[in-house]
Amino acid sequence: MAGDQGLTLTTAPAGTAPTGDDLGRRGALSAFFAYKRRTRLALLLGPPVFWLVIAYLGAIAALLLSSLWSIDGFTEKVVHSYGTGNLHTVFTDATFRAVTVRTLGIALLVTVVDAVIAFPMAFYMSVVASPRLRRILVVLVLTPLWASYLVKAYAWRVLLAPDGPVASVFGGTPGYGRTALVLTLAYLWLPYMVIPIYAGFEKLPRSLFEASSDLGAPPGRTVRSVVLPLVFPAIAAGSIFTFSLTLGDYIAVNIIDSKTQMLGNVIYGQLITANNQPLAAALSIIPLLAIVLYLAAMSRTGALDNV
Amino acid sequence: MYLTARTRLVLRLLTLLGLAFLYAPLAIVVLNAFNTSRTYAFPPTGYTLHWWSAARHSSAVLETLKNSIWAGVGATVVALVLGTMAAFGVQRYTFFGRRSVSFLVVLPIALPGIVTGLALRNVFDEVLGLPLSIWTIIIGHATFCIVIVFNNVQARLRRTGSSLEQASADLGGTGLQTFWFVTLPNLRGALVAGALLAFGLSFDEIVVTSFTAPADRHTLPQWIFDNLSRPNQAPIVNVVAAVLIVVAVVPVWLAQRLTDDAAGSRF
Repeated sequence: MAGDQGLTLTTAPAGTAPTGDDLGRRGALSAFFAYKRRTRLALLLGPPVFWLVIAYLGAIAALLLSSLWSIDGFTEKVVHSYGTGNLHTVFTDATFRAVTVRTLGIALLVTVVDAVIAFPMAFYMSVVASPRLRRILVVLVLTPLWASYLVKAYAWRVLLAPDGPVASVFGGTPGYGRTALVLTLAYLWLPYMVIPIYAGFEKLPRSLFEASSDLGAPPGRTVRSVVLPLVFPAIAAGSIFTFSLTLGDYIAVNIIDSKTQMLGNVIYGQLITANNQPLAAALSIIPLLAIVLYLAAMSRTGALDNV
Repeated sequence: MYLTARTRLVLRLLTLLGLAFLYAPLAIVVLNAFNTSRTYAFPPTGYTLHWWSAARHSSAVLETLKNSIWAGVGATVVALVLGTMAAFGVQRYTFFGRRSVSFLVVLPIALPGIVTGLALRNVFDEVLGLPLSIWTIIIGHATFCIVIVFNNVQARLRRTGSSLEQASADLGGTGLQTFWFVTLPNLRGALVAGALLAFGLSFDEIVVTSFTAPADRHTLPQWIFDNLSRPNQAPIVNVVAAVLIVVAVVPVWLAQRLTDDAAGSRF
């Protein structure tokens, strides 16, 4: 490496040959990094980890700390004295519990709906479609992600209007209730589920399919006993997106079904409407906890390597 | 796998249905960009190009578009640098806590935007005393864009292995030469794809942005949110969205071409 400067000199094109001084400095720098593996690793990981720990984990920690503050009932100003009042409220209040259960339920439902729609699509894209069609399909699945999220959510409001397109094609609409909400959220996050499953399929050796059918399994059995278990980490990876995006959403919820309160709406309400930042911070512990537990559970399936 | 003709047909139909599901709302948006009815009557009461010229002359659209582009570029640059470094660290070295780094990188995109936004705003206001500006928007966006670049670069590094770099070292390349002439050109596709997708993510973000953007510098999604339900402005929103949908095909297609490994389109 650094000791082979002569070789570098002889192979460098005449016109662009670096000066000896220049090369010497570069070689020394390279040599320094080459022999200090740990230093190199520290230099590589330092900035991103610093950013994520300081700008992100630090911010989250400060948020958790601020949940211990309270609001002066008279002046409505944040009081910087510590107490567990907010945490107590969050974990004992019946309304907050109901909202939590509802939000988790809707997030799971949206995830299941997306997995059911995405699985055959990814299957077709990867196993049946020609390479050319495959590329077109991937572009087709990804493009809607770039259309504004807000506009797409609002488009569902227009679609589901009492005299809107869905009503005129299907003769009726589910209205602006829970069904519409699940449908819209499932719509918004569908590409986030299709792509990881597709990537998971692409990693499967085709010989496994053949081995399975050689051993006498009909396609249905192959899907159940061979494909599904192997693609499961990819489905889990996709579910991280669909689950967490639903868990935190309050804008699409507001556009489609303003009567349903989700965790995001409640946090937003406490923050903006009630101007109670400490309680909002305490409430955000719920989705925080839910996501960390979900990520931990999913990483056991190998999902984090499939994101 | 041997698939019967019927299975193939069923799979094809389900895929077509899925695509119809994905595109029906977008078709409605494009249709309503030409609809004379401000309340989106269906079928449209008539067709007009009025909203298109209104959109072109809307200074708010152009202004917020500019802000969104700057925020996206800034966040993408930060994400490119930090994401690539993290990917190298995790893919090319083994060390204690390697999984924690992956976990740390994924966390900002997995946590609800409202938590991220609230946390960052809390730090800007209470801890740092930093006034909101385009920079605070960029900090927020960069934090959740790092994972996009990280995933793209990591996938490419995993796929190419390090044999080319070893060959370069055997042939006398110094560490920096190897990086510049061997590693980087190999990564180019993954970097461009990661940058495009990170930019797209930043460009459409609203939740974190609503906590980190100053009142006088809104982004395009914020403008869209403010104008969605205004009868005079909503049709212009449809025009903006229709343009975004059509323009979006280009970066998505490019990203797809450039990653060109099977699981290429990582976001």
